[in-house]
Amino acid sequence: MQIYLPIAEVSVNAFLLLGLGGMVGILSGMFGVGGGFLMTPLLFFIGIPPAVAVATEANQIVASSFSGVLAHFRRKTVDLKMGTVLLVGGLTGAALGVVVFNYLKSLGQVDLLVKLCYVVFLGIIGSLMFVESVNAIRKARGATAGAAPKRRQRTWVHAMPMKMRFRTSGLYISVIPPLIVGVVVGILSAIMGVGGGFIMVPAMIYLLGMPTKVVVGTSLFQIIFVTGFTTMLHATTNYTVDVVLAVLLLVGGVIGAQIGTRIGVKMKAEQLRVLLALMVLVVCGKLALDLLLQPSELYSLGAAGGH
Amino acid sequence: MFRIFLTLLFLLPTFATAEEVVLGLSKDNVAITTSFDGSEILIFGAVKREAPIDQSSPLEVVITVAGPSEPVVVRRKENVFGIWVNTDAVEVDAAPSFYAVATTGPIDQVLSNTEDLRQKITIDNAIRSVGAPANITDADSFTDAVIRIKQSQGLYQTLEGQVALDQQTLFRTSIDMPADLTEGDYATRIFLTREGQIVGDYETSIAVQKVGLERFLFNMSREQPVWYGLMSLAIAIAAGWGASAVFRIFRAG
Repeated sequence: MQIYLPIAEVSVNAFLLLGLGGMVGILSGMFGVGGGFLMTPLLFFIGIPPAVAVATEANQIVASSFSGVLAHFRRKTVDLKMGTVLLVGGLTGAALGVVVFNYLKSLGQVDLLVKLCYVVFLGIIGSLMFVESVNAIRKARGATAGAAPKRRQRTWVHAMPMKMRFRTSGLYISVIPPLIVGVVVGILSAIMGVGGGFIMVPAMIYLLGMPTKVVVGTSLFQIIFVTGFTTMLHATTNYTVDVVLAVLLLVGGVIGAQIGTRIGVKMKAEQLRVLLALMVLVVCGKLALDLLLQPSELYSLGAAGGH
Repeated sequence: MFRIFLTLLFLLPTFATAEEVVLGLSKDNVAITTSFDGSEILIFGAVKREAPIDQSSPLEVVITVAGPSEPVVVRRKENVFGIWVNTDAVEVDAAPSFYAVATTGPIDQVLSNTEDLRQKITIDNAIRSVGAPANITDADSFTDAVIRIKQSQGLYQTLEGQVALDQQTLFRTSIDMPADLTEGDYATRIFLTREGQIVGDYETSIAVQKVGLERFLFNMSREQPVWYGLMSLAIAIAAGWGASAVFRIFRAG
């Protein structure tokens, strides 16, 4: 069943979109990731204009994170104070990101920017995850000697001024590192159409030293507002949010996520991570090839004079 | 002088009515709905004449359908440090968003170059490019790229020999329009030619527009972007919540 998307102005198969949503949903349920970083490149591959894909994906992430954050609120695993600090950084970053995005769009370089960001980030994250999870599997197979317990060390994070107490996380640290993390994630959200959980979660654990149980809820809380803000910025400056596309992806995604969660429970965590790492690397490789190999059509058409 | 004027006046109406087009369209508007997947338009008509058919040379028919013209920026990729990057850009001043030419025979036989240039009938002549930046020496290759890319998307079509003409009187053709059409009035022109010269023409237009939900969403996104953004968020959140609620009920029941 073909469906005409009013903003993207292309006709695509509705079941393909539901299927894509479902597939990415299953993965995000299995691995506990947002899936934006997989969905946006997939939208490029099926012919959605990158600017529409990025803006619409931001819209979809708001919705798919919403039920997640409600569950975390019920379990009281959201650090509101930390979330707010991250959010302030995030909103600043998102505004910066949209400015950069629009500037490069006027130069005709936005596709390159988006794709380069994807290749770099997917490459780094995919490789790190792959190495880490292969090591974990090897360790699990080898001697079962318990790993040395990690001590929380005093790093440069604790030496900075403007300290604040985050009760839920049990932290007393400077607000500058979370602000910076927020800004970086905000920029990525605007340029790449991702929630940024895959950057924020490791940063919160390793850099800020937050307890793991509040990390996911707090990052979801921040993601909802930042991607919501990004959606609004794209909708008002670029007119590139396609609500029909977002809803189709979402319905597939929510159902997929429910199935994925159940599959995820049955698999071993290390194996899951190896799989996810491989998938991230495959998407990264495909995007990199597009940039490195000579394209069959060197010319491309764009609307003149912006809007 | 007065006499020449009189004879001209006398000749003019007979010349104009010598061969005239009477046209029919299978539809004069194309509605882009949610399930829009391209459209086929039948263009048919007859040649009306007062005098017997001129047998000295065959009658030929040329039909063009042109979407609204808009400026287009054409960018060319170049290899910079191993990565393919957009570098040179040329703005083509006016390129029709859709263009189809259908004829009864090979274009160079049914239409003289002069008439083609004057009426801008073939795709090459329908595109207008005024000047490229000074540093670009091969501006033509950019215009060619527009034609090549649009052709591969089915947006530019040259349909030589696709107009059927019976008894030098009845003609018909069908034109396939792809799904990704730009909204606007599609100018439809019919030319009658003999020996490459235009002996009669007719012009009408086909309206292509989004309707219903498509129209509503598109307009809202342009005219009230803030409300559109808020609505998109609200709808998406409701849909996401709804879908997970339905799934939960499904599982429980």
